[in-house]
Amino acid sequence: MSTSNIELPAWVEVILIPILNIMMALFFAGLIILAIGENPVEAVGIMINGAFGYDEAIGYTLYYTTNFIFTGLAVAIAFHARLFNIGGEGQAYIGGLGVGLTFLLLDGYLPAIVLLPIGIIAAALFGALWAFIPAWLQAYRGSHVVITTIMFNFIASSLMVYLLVNVLIMPGSMSPETREFQQNAWLPFMHELLAGIGIEVTRTPLNLSFILALVCCVLVWIYVWKTRWGYALRTAGQSEAAAVYAGIKPKKIIIITMCISGALAGLVAVNEIMGVHHRLLLNFTAGYGFTGIAVALMGRNHPLGILMASLLFGVLYQGGAELAFEVPKITREMVVAIQGLIILFSGALALMLRPAIVRLWLAVRPGGVPKHG
Amino acid sequence: MRFSAKSLFKPALASAAALVLSATASAADIKPAVVFDMGGKFDKSFNQGVYDGVEKFKSETGIEYREFEVTNEAQREQALRRMAQRGADPVLGIGFAQAPALEKVAKEFPDTRFAIIDMVVDLPNVRSIVFKEHEGSFLVGVLAALASESAKVGFVGGMDIPLIRRFACGYEQGVKHVNADAEVVQNMTGTTPAAWNDPGRGGELTKSQFERGVDVVYAAAGGTGVGVYQAAKDAGKLAIGVDSNQNYLHPGTMLTSMLKRVDVAAYNVFMDSMNDEFTPGIQVLGLSEEGVGWALDEHNESMITGEMKAKVDEVSAMITAGEISVHDYTSDNTCTY
Repeated sequence: MSTSNIELPAWVEVILIPILNIMMALFFAGLIILAIGENPVEAVGIMINGAFGYDEAIGYTLYYTTNFIFTGLAVAIAFHARLFNIGGEGQAYIGGLGVGLTFLLLDGYLPAIVLLPIGIIAAALFGALWAFIPAWLQAYRGSHVVITTIMFNFIASSLMVYLLVNVLIMPGSMSPETREFQQNAWLPFMHELLAGIGIEVTRTPLNLSFILALVCCVLVWIYVWKTRWGYALRTAGQSEAAAVYAGIKPKKIIIITMCISGALAGLVAVNEIMGVHHRLLLNFTAGYGFTGIAVALMGRNHPLGILMASLLFGVLYQGGAELAFEVPKITREMVVAIQGLIILFSGALALMLRPAIVRLWLAVRPGGVPKHG
Repeated sequence: MRFSAKSLFKPALASAAALVLSATASAADIKPAVVFDMGGKFDKSFNQGVYDGVEKFKSETGIEYREFEVTNEAQREQALRRMAQRGADPVLGIGFAQAPALEKVAKEFPDTRFAIIDMVVDLPNVRSIVFKEHEGSFLVGVLAALASESAKVGFVGGMDIPLIRRFACGYEQGVKHVNADAEVVQNMTGTTPAAWNDPGRGGELTKSQFERGVDVVYAAAGGTGVGVYQAAKDAGKLAIGVDSNQNYLHPGTMLTSMLKRVDVAAYNVFMDSMNDEFTPGIQVLGLSEEGVGWALDEHNESMITGEMKAKVDEVSAMITAGEISVHDYTSDNTCTY
């Protein structure tokens, strides 16, 4: 009997199955930690304390979370139109270029209240531009976005290196990075904002862009499920023929959706460049674009799920760093292995347990014929 | 703080601690820490040089040190701050990329001693150690030109950044000093940090250089160098190592290595702190400070003729005396000399 089309209650799909997947991942991670002679329970304790235990930890966790929300949403919205945008990395990178160019030109002239929105728009616009080209090629030339977006990651990387090494570099600087922006171009840190209302917290990279990320979650939810455009997007994703029949132009949907996706990915630069580094530098994207794919998979392409998955990845990044810091035997490579296991079980093997759970559900469910979805 | 805590615990732990303390009298005095950069401590090159230095310190003094390997940009500041918060002193940051983070953290902890390698952070509690890689590269350039029969030598860089162009530019000057007509074929492995650890690509670049007539190749490419040296060995050509002494990797085809004594620099930071001789400020380590140099050991002595050694010693003396001034690429971002 096929179990894939049997509908389970939302709490089973969204909460129970992910938790079971994570438990399985932690079990195997525990075996690895045991194998190197450390105590897995203690390790998990350090990881959780390192991610939530004190205000600095929370700040760093949420700072990572911010990036994952942006890239996760980027992948998810494209996915609803059945486009697999794996170019988040490059789009975020070019988003940074947008911020960098604007601020290098304007930061001496404009007040923060004008400059910051311009920076955000520039990040989104450049990210969208970088997604537009693959989108156009997909829509009008049939070049598959999976191929073109991943190629565009490489082009973005080469372009940024060229610009930073040869053009934008601060003269005399060893690192290929631009000069620091002036203070009016800095997105306020959370610890500064909280200090303004009398709450003292430790300084962390967490900044205002976290709020922007939460707003984006809501906007994406409204766009995809509550607007005509979202309806068109989902229809085109489900069945192109039906979309055409309904008067929807799939080519246009491809382009619009990819541009939104690229814009969301570009917003990573708001967190990293405007919020944290205050200068354009190489590789600030640090793989967040790729991790966004896992985040979207794990979050079932729903903003709420993505928020949760982003938080989980934030915990993994921050708690993992803390683990490597506290337990010398657990190296950063080991931490990556643990993160990999969690991605494996929650992403690639996400549906492994589902048939068993469906059978279990059918057995314990109070009466009735299976409802087909 | 450190001292009061120590005197507090001492009586209670006296009997147990006596044994340990007698062996290493000042073991409790410093809590050194090192923050490695993205390459990781086992990169067989730059970071590993530091690792060797601090390991040497540990084995000589019995003092444990804290360490961390960063994996993304934001972690540098975080790691340095965590070290300082935990009372680590001195805190050693590795690599130019840590400079902005170290500057911030060093300001927050003015009583903690910091040190950074490969970059200058101008604060009263920071020791900045920079190297004149162009001078060391000049010397191995001289050796390369002398060893080359085709008058064509190669350079394989890691990531294309000004620091590596400084190696390339010094090397080119050394080659041209011996033979103004010699050709220097230059390739960079890549444009992302992955270029530090791509032996496959390093090997391919080297092979293509060999096909163009190159017979000596110098790699300044971190872990990528391993592929360069292997390709040289396979083709029976000569290769020059970098940062650490890599002559032992392939005796017979490793002509020499350009030494950048990060191990000594790191060791000194810890040692000076322990002996209360830590000095802040800028240390520029060039040939005259023996911060850079070339490696001659049992693995390559048969390949370095007396004539070559005499020439490179002569050039070395001239650089030290200021008669040859080696152009530093990063001073004006061009290689005109």
